[in-house]
Amino acid sequence: MAGYVTKRPDATSKSQRGTEESPFVKWLLISLAGIFLLVFLLLPLINVFAQAFAKGWQVYISTLKDPESISAIKLTLLVAAITVPINTAFGVCAAWAIAKFEFRGKSLLITLIDLPFAVSPVVAGLIYVILFGLQGYFGEWLDDHNIKIIFAVPGIVLATLFVTFPFVARELIPVMQATGREQEEAALTLGAGGWKTFWHVTLPSVKWGLLYGIILCNARAMGEFGAVSVVSGHIAGQTNTMPLQVEKLFNGYPSSAAFVVASLLALLALVTLGMKTLLEWRQEREFKRAQAAPTPSEFDTVFVAKERFE
Amino acid sequence: MSIELKNVGKKFGDGVAVNNVSFTVNEGELVALLGPSGGGKTTVLRMIAGLEVPTTGDIFIRGARVNDLSVQQRNIGFVFQNYALFKNMNVFKNIAFGLKIKKWKSKDIKERVAEMLKLFGLEGLERRYAHQLSGGQRQRVAIARALAPKPNVLLLDEPFGAVDAKIRQELREWLVTLHHELNVTTIFVTHDQEEAMEVSSRIVIFSRGNLEQIGKPREVYEEPANEFVARFIGVMNVLELEVFNGVASLQELQFPSHGVPDGQKVRIGFRPYAVQISSDLAAYKYKGILRRTYFLGVMLRLELELPSGLVLRARMSKEEYAQQGLHDGREVSFQIRRYRLLASEGETLRPEQVANYDVAPHLGEGI
Amino acid sequence: MATKRFNPLPGFRLTMGLTIFYLSIIVLIPIGGMFLRAFHMSWHDFWHMATSTRALAAYRLTFGSSLIAALINVIFGTLLAWVLVRYQFPFKRFFDALVDFPFALPTAVAGLTLASLFATNGWLGHYFARTDASGRLEPITLYLPWFGVVIALTFIGMPFVVRTLQPVLENFEREVEEAAATLGASRMRTFFSVVFPTLLPAIITGFALAFARAIGEYGSVIFVAGNIPYKSEIAPLLIVIQLDEINYAGAIAIAIVLLVVSFTLLITINMLERWVSNYEN
Repeated sequence: MAGYVTKRPDATSKSQRGTEESPFVKWLLISLAGIFLLVFLLLPLINVFAQAFAKGWQVYISTLKDPESISAIKLTLLVAAITVPINTAFGVCAAWAIAKFEFRGKSLLITLIDLPFAVSPVVAGLIYVILFGLQGYFGEWLDDHNIKIIFAVPGIVLATLFVTFPFVARELIPVMQATGREQEEAALTLGAGGWKTFWHVTLPSVKWGLLYGIILCNARAMGEFGAVSVVSGHIAGQTNTMPLQVEKLFNGYPSSAAFVVASLLALLALVTLGMKTLLEWRQEREFKRAQAAPTPSEFDTVFVAKERFE
Repeated sequence: MSIELKNVGKKFGDGVAVNNVSFTVNEGELVALLGPSGGGKTTVLRMIAGLEVPTTGDIFIRGARVNDLSVQQRNIGFVFQNYALFKNMNVFKNIAFGLKIKKWKSKDIKERVAEMLKLFGLEGLERRYAHQLSGGQRQRVAIARALAPKPNVLLLDEPFGAVDAKIRQELREWLVTLHHELNVTTIFVTHDQEEAMEVSSRIVIFSRGNLEQIGKPREVYEEPANEFVARFIGVMNVLELEVFNGVASLQELQFPSHGVPDGQKVRIGFRPYAVQISSDLAAYKYKGILRRTYFLGVMLRLELELPSGLVLRARMSKEEYAQQGLHDGREVSFQIRRYRLLASEGETLRPEQVANYDVAPHLGEGI
Repeated sequence: MATKRFNPLPGFRLTMGLTIFYLSIIVLIPIGGMFLRAFHMSWHDFWHMATSTRALAAYRLTFGSSLIAALINVIFGTLLAWVLVRYQFPFKRFFDALVDFPFALPTAVAGLTLASLFATNGWLGHYFARTDASGRLEPITLYLPWFGVVIALTFIGMPFVVRTLQPVLENFEREVEEAAATLGASRMRTFFSVVFPTLLPAIITGFALAFARAIGEYGSVIFVAGNIPYKSEIAPLLIVIQLDEINYAGAIAIAIVLLVVSFTLLITINMLERWVSNYEN
């Protein structure tokens, strides 16, 4: 969601009559909204943890210690560790080119970057199978050289790269566009080279958007299911990420074990949300501090003569 | 009387926006609420409209107490600073909106809207939407929309704030003409004292929530009630001096001030036009050097520097300037023809103190 | 488009080059590969596989339930956005953050927890469970095949409408509502005549986004749906099954149908956004 972090600070509230709903209507609407959120969001969330701990703390730990679970966790972390930096670098490059320069085909490029949002995750996996699967274009060549992409970690990395690459770019582009080119141009006139300008001028001005994009990218990288499911082959202990492991445990017995792994992912989601709120709060604070700076008095056009003891 | 405010006050949380304001507006008058930002004038306007509720006091429209009436019931016309046109409706529908609410017949609506379009020079634009109109057109639509349902009172919040200076002048004249034709009681808020002076028949001056003065433009200019008003309206030289022997003095300047005890500090104010300057060094009592001249069109604004370092503002016509043979750096003599004791904000001086002190315009002896 | 102006900022070639390179190997070539493969099929084969009865049943489920889910999200999303922007109440910050939860939660976890909630012994499920002909308890997700799918799609689509509407509401000129009030309009009249029409473009955009997301959704749905062919099998699942059976052609055919629909939606959304920004100015 472009420009997600740019939330405006709350407008000052005014007391008004005839231009606001009656208190009854207000509380009715709030209650309806609250019930919807409770049932649709809070309940599923709580349920994950309730089921995970249903059999007690011991069972929880032992499920996590299971070698399959551990390899799933490791694989998820590995994939994230590879894909997030790569996509961050891409996001920065793309945002720089798009936000600071004019060129033909810019809107086409932006649409291309939005592409993964229009593609089903399953299709995202499919396209790589078509390229690298046994029946795929490079299938035979890869097989001859004993390189495994599909049904192995590289395939998972590729699929994850595909579904997560827009996040950082989409957060950065509006933020970089909003700050314009002037600050960088100023740095150039003062003698700074490209890298220095970028590090000291551009990056600090977009830090909130960048951080937020990275957090989102990471959440999606660790949580991706559809695309990874298609390319991984579900080889337990080797190509099962945590989401896939959840599916495996769900179809197995006891299915409650799935919740244990799921609870870790849910925790990840909560941490992601928490960081987003933190970032927004920090950004708002910075904004408010800038606003509170004292403004000069408005109309003092007339002077007051003072005694001078010269 | 059409609108009356009695001891009206408004608090927002801890802050006092409006403090014990009382005034009346007569039927058919065109009144300006003037003051710097945050002075409370917009809040007062909104309370009259019903968009805010007074914390204390009462508001009467045509004799009826309206505190408990909602906005919808007050039959007022309100024009917002940024026009607040309905972007999803074209010009016709915007103007017709109030009439539709009042359940006018379709035919009557068409007639009235056509009337308004003609009056405001918007014919041919009925089908356009807000984003297809110029700033001036949008504003006229906003006013037409407010006036279409024939309100008791027309309220405008900084109507010319968002417009270029040149157009502002034209719009001011147009507003006066419009008011003359329609004769609707009109109250408008502005922070531009020139505008208030030019357009309204009476000005209500606000500062920090307090009503500082209310009067005709000339009264407010010639007889400011206190220092704030004096400074806000037009340009005024203000000096702080100590009284000794019935004379307030500062360096070489002396201002006799009757009735003020010795040792008291007072503020003296005098308008630039009251400073009479002559190139003949023997003409007046005080001496000074013409530091700088600003060209304002017909008049010239002059900065006069005294030997003590004091700088005064004066005013003179081009012709007189040329006649006297003045130029920057020239030494001149001057006197101050008229001055006033100024009350500080919130303070009141006794009536005899607040009068203008005039100096007989003859040469030679002291003031 | 701006004429070529000198731009002193460095790094254009580098960043542009890297961007295009990356996009090519990650996006363009793979997708191109799929379409290339599709062209190897005869039109007749393609059509046959894209519109088999099983595929049609899958489309009906996918598009139908996505539509319903998106509509539900429009109603509650508008409500949520309104309440979050206009009113103050305890824990508002918390609820606001909660709206993003479906966006941050892995789809598999979403599917898992929803499935368990509506199972026969689930917190919500046991109210809805019913006994079938042979006396066995069946969950609502079984006897109402679309139910689970719609619930899952509503869950994951929820943030889209809310987050699209929130900025529009936040920037909404309150004075327009005051103007309507001064002209005598009641609160309800003001909402329908003035507020809602202004929100409509954003609502439609949110709807389109939620809808687009829903038609491609896989992870959360397969846990709650019965996944029975012709009854409760969504299109993405059909693609996966075709792949498992090494029927690449079949998988590609259905994938292309989904892609065409999504692209159309994406373009519509972009056009809508552009139209709205012209309207605003």
